[in-house]
Amino acid sequence: MAKYLKNDDLGQWLAELGTEYKIHAPVQEGRSIAFRPLTQDKILRIDRHATIGPKEILFPACEELMHFSYEKDTDNPGREKIRVQPADNAVPTLIFGSRPCDARGFDVFDGAFTQCAVKDNYYAARREQAVVVSIACTRTENTCFCNWVGGSPDGTNGSDVLLTPIQDGFVVQPVTEKGETLLQKGSLLTGAAPDQVREAEQLRAAACASLPEAPDFKCMPEQLYNLFDNMDFWEKQSAKCISCGACTYLCPTCHCFNITDERNGNEGERLRSWDNCMSRQFTQEASGHNPRPEKAYRLKNRVGHKFCYFPDLHEGHIACVGCGRCIKSCPVSLDIRQVVTSAKECHLPAEETDNE
Amino acid sequence: MMLDQLKETIKTALPELDFVMGWTTGYDPLHATPLYMYEPDDVDQLIWGPLNVHNLAVHLPALRHKKVGIVVKGCDSRSVVELLQENLIDRENVVIFGAPCNGVVDMTKIRKAVPDAHFARSVETADNSLTITTDKDTHTLSLAEVMADKCTRCRFPNAVEADHFVGEKRIPAVETDPYADLESFESQGFAERRDFWMAEMDRCIRCYACRNACPLCVCRDHCVAQSREPHWVSQRDGVRDKFMFQVIHAIHMAGRCTECGECERACPMDIPVLLLKRKLGNVIHDLFDYDAGLDAEARPPLLAFKLEEDSIKEKDW
Repeated sequence: MAKYLKNDDLGQWLAELGTEYKIHAPVQEGRSIAFRPLTQDKILRIDRHATIGPKEILFPACEELMHFSYEKDTDNPGREKIRVQPADNAVPTLIFGSRPCDARGFDVFDGAFTQCAVKDNYYAARREQAVVVSIACTRTENTCFCNWVGGSPDGTNGSDVLLTPIQDGFVVQPVTEKGETLLQKGSLLTGAAPDQVREAEQLRAAACASLPEAPDFKCMPEQLYNLFDNMDFWEKQSAKCISCGACTYLCPTCHCFNITDERNGNEGERLRSWDNCMSRQFTQEASGHNPRPEKAYRLKNRVGHKFCYFPDLHEGHIACVGCGRCIKSCPVSLDIRQVVTSAKECHLPAEETDNE
Repeated sequence: MMLDQLKETIKTALPELDFVMGWTTGYDPLHATPLYMYEPDDVDQLIWGPLNVHNLAVHLPALRHKKVGIVVKGCDSRSVVELLQENLIDRENVVIFGAPCNGVVDMTKIRKAVPDAHFARSVETADNSLTITTDKDTHTLSLAEVMADKCTRCRFPNAVEADHFVGEKRIPAVETDPYADLESFESQGFAERRDFWMAEMDRCIRCYACRNACPLCVCRDHCVAQSREPHWVSQRDGVRDKFMFQVIHAIHMAGRCTECGECERACPMDIPVLLLKRKLGNVIHDLFDYDAGLDAEARPPLLAFKLEEDSIKEKDW
């Protein structure tokens, strides 16, 4: 059942939940908005999309996988013993103020980290303990295209609770059982009146209607496989790209990582940090060979992974949520919508058919 | 009209070139994006004005095997000159198209003045102003108010090197770089300055947009920040490691940086990293009386060796 929360009570509601969860929310930080642990001194910013989404809460930019130390083996002085201490940092976490596109990114992570042959215990432990409270979008930016890739401004995939901002407050709706449980806590939620629910529905419908018409991307895997060797196409598409990693790091679905041992003397940590396919080192082989030697190959990988290889492996789910950050924060305003549309519309020379 | 003249000049030169780089309107009316002109028809999309923020010289070193044209603002032309000085591009393979620049906008300032800038529906630019109409209302901003800081202290609004210069040359508004911004920052105590950088660098996501947008950051694919052997910079994401990279970057730019500001503009997290380069630019200016990117024949002071520098009297120490 839908509930209602007054704007004035939001802080108090979060404070009550804060006794049980570590709360991460979008706050003003310098000239940007980022998800940070919510404390008294932070200014909550839920009026617009955060500069960077909440992905690092469940998939940190850098995390310690284990701590290791070497010590002499007293029984066999020629050898060293290694002690390994795996890290376990998962705590009950509330992600407040994500957008439906951000939350849907966690769906993609789930596909890659928890539903494949190998389960990623680090991610899974954090995901298990996280509750995601999202805010429906009632106004869409020029870079928004969630509806192109199967989402919507009020989509609920990946969220446990959905808030819709209305006059003076929020209509609060549970999405999952976890969400139901969360809404039973705290003293400030009241039942939403039918006209409040109606107002929320109208606002959400208007936001959905404001997005440009969505092209059909079902053909994309096939089309992108067809374009795989067409380097002329990829060189033109990537010409203005400067091969930085801003798009991948800001992307709610990009989840490639690198593993490094950082050792000081006899102690060190094994770290997992974000990697990105725009970087030369991404597929650099020990032999010196690099299957993705130039930016054209790298952009092909990024677009291919999202619109072709991932959907191929995960029942057609596109690994892009249309948040538009890769467009908005790209130093050269490279527009992935335009790349995918060009790929879709690229007429390949008809295959020669053998009629004999 | 100047833009038409520029287009005609490019069209005339195009048959001899693989392509010419310029700008066109991007994903919305407020954002320009680099334009690659391969055919005469592509030239019709060219725009010129305060939205052309990108320094296209960043692409030149990788295009060394091609013969390309590049449209430059005054500041961009200094990067081209610096690349020539360092033998990173070949003069005969680059055709430079210049035009007088009135300054470009700083998107961060625009977002501050118009928080709804991401909902822009149309933008009109006049000589001294910018009118942004969003889905809700219309805002007219004076160009001076939202202009990039580098433009307010610009000494070279016309390309310092060009094969084709179109339009009437502008007289620069300032003669020497006013380092007032740096002085004001440095008037703070050490602890305040350290706290400022720790807070700003904390949100760095190590995407290296600052590095890749820099036309003179040319180690790019073999960068010290990501090299495993030797392992100079750790992959930890603490603020110390992030700041360490910025310091390395800034020091490698000393005497080469033309302060085009692309590092700061490209930063998705809006970290004011140009200030670090301004500091070193100021030191280089004071020590060597040298400004980067003005003379293709000159040698940057830190790329040369002199037994004794004119202004560093080691023997007197």
